[in-house]
Amino acid sequence: MIVDPAHGGADSGARGSSGIVESDVSLSFARLLRISLEAQGLRVIMTRQANDGPSLDDRSKLANAQREGIFISLHVSSAGQPGTVRVYSLPQTPPPPGSASAPRGGLLPWDRAQFRYIDQSRRLAELIQIQMAQHFHGSPETPLEAPVRQLRTVGLPAVAIEVSSVSIPTRGQLDQMGPALADGVARAVSAYRTIYEAGSR
Amino acid sequence: MKTTIMVLVGLVVVGLIALPGLRQAMERLRSAPKTDEQARREVMQAPISTPSDVSVRAQMYWLSASSPNTLEAATIQLPLSADAVERSKQLLNALIARVPDPKLRTLPAEANLLAFYMQPDGTAIADFSDEISSAMPSGILSEQLAVQSIAQTLGANVSGIRQLKILVHGQEAETLAGHLDLYGMFPVASAGAAAAGTTPAPVTTPAAAAPIAAAAKPAPAAASTAPPATGRTGTTKPGPASSAPGKPASH
Repeated sequence: MIVDPAHGGADSGARGSSGIVESDVSLSFARLLRISLEAQGLRVIMTRQANDGPSLDDRSKLANAQREGIFISLHVSSAGQPGTVRVYSLPQTPPPPGSASAPRGGLLPWDRAQFRYIDQSRRLAELIQIQMAQHFHGSPETPLEAPVRQLRTVGLPAVAIEVSSVSIPTRGQLDQMGPALADGVARAVSAYRTIYEAGSR
Repeated sequence: MKTTIMVLVGLVVVGLIALPGLRQAMERLRSAPKTDEQARREVMQAPISTPSDVSVRAQMYWLSASSPNTLEAATIQLPLSADAVERSKQLLNALIARVPDPKLRTLPAEANLLAFYMQPDGTAIADFSDEISSAMPSGILSEQLAVQSIAQTLGANVSGIRQLKILVHGQEAETLAGHLDLYGMFPVASAGAAAAGTTPAPVTTPAAAAPIAAAAKPAPAAASTAPPATGRTGTTKPGPASSAPGKPASH
């Protein structure tokens, strides 16, 4: 499992008027998620452990060095109804003509490493979004699709989870969401592995 | 005592004389631009006017007042050129400057459209100032809505645009504001294609159109912000997505 607390270092990500910054909250969510995943016996790698700022490609490199796994990028938005969570995977994109976007056993082009995994990522996103809708009222029932840059270069099933939002008066509400978020994501990952990975590897 | 009274009377007289001037100064301040940003915009961005301008009801995509996670079409009266490039510039400037309520804004007020290009294959290139990134509220949701508002506003009012490339200060940027990928092209569902009853723009993909189509129910021609097309595409060649097989939006 690769858990990616988005942003960090000089890049604080979304910043609320009350001083809440995305990079801090995403890191605390990631630490909770790590605990929940490890409780299932999974090995967890975090793309950053503290307030440092690896590049998007550094994070993808770390993920792509794993032969198998799941990549989960954690974000906190500056918009959206506070207390809700959206899960994103990359949209289906028609392969460029003449390209080897779906190579058979060959090297995967770095700049579109995710395109081989879009269906798996979508299934993972569906399971996580169901959990989020149960835990956080007002969250969508089905996952969304967006061209999230971080996901494009990850050659594993990969989703981005975005929590709303930094635009609240105090951080307490976000902190309260942490345990349920971690628990819900870990349950969805467990379900995904049971349903989709058991017979495929 | 006498001197004091005379000084006071003198001050009152001076005050009465100065009053009209003060009033004029206040009026000037009242009519002056409200913010530095507005003042700058007036200097930097004179309204684009072309000989073929006709006042039309333009469909603009801003945030929905009732559902802020989505876009909603608003109709405003706007002089628009018959020339597609000038028309697109007028629309994008209005998208930034004519938002009816700041809460419905999708693009930063500080952002400027620096240049706009169109290629014969329907590729449009919009080059914005740095503020499109630096002043953009960061987040997947807000950045996706920003790109959708551009693509859908162009799609609804300019015929012939099939895909859109966004540049920041003349350069390819990795992301809009930390999240949304600006790597390739965004598909645009052109009003012309929709009006003619043809298949939506070839680059529209069912999956990508899902959140957008749902977000813009009043739109006759919802554009989508599918992911940028795969493969890095230069701004002088058609993007790979442009020749991909067409698929109607299924959502």
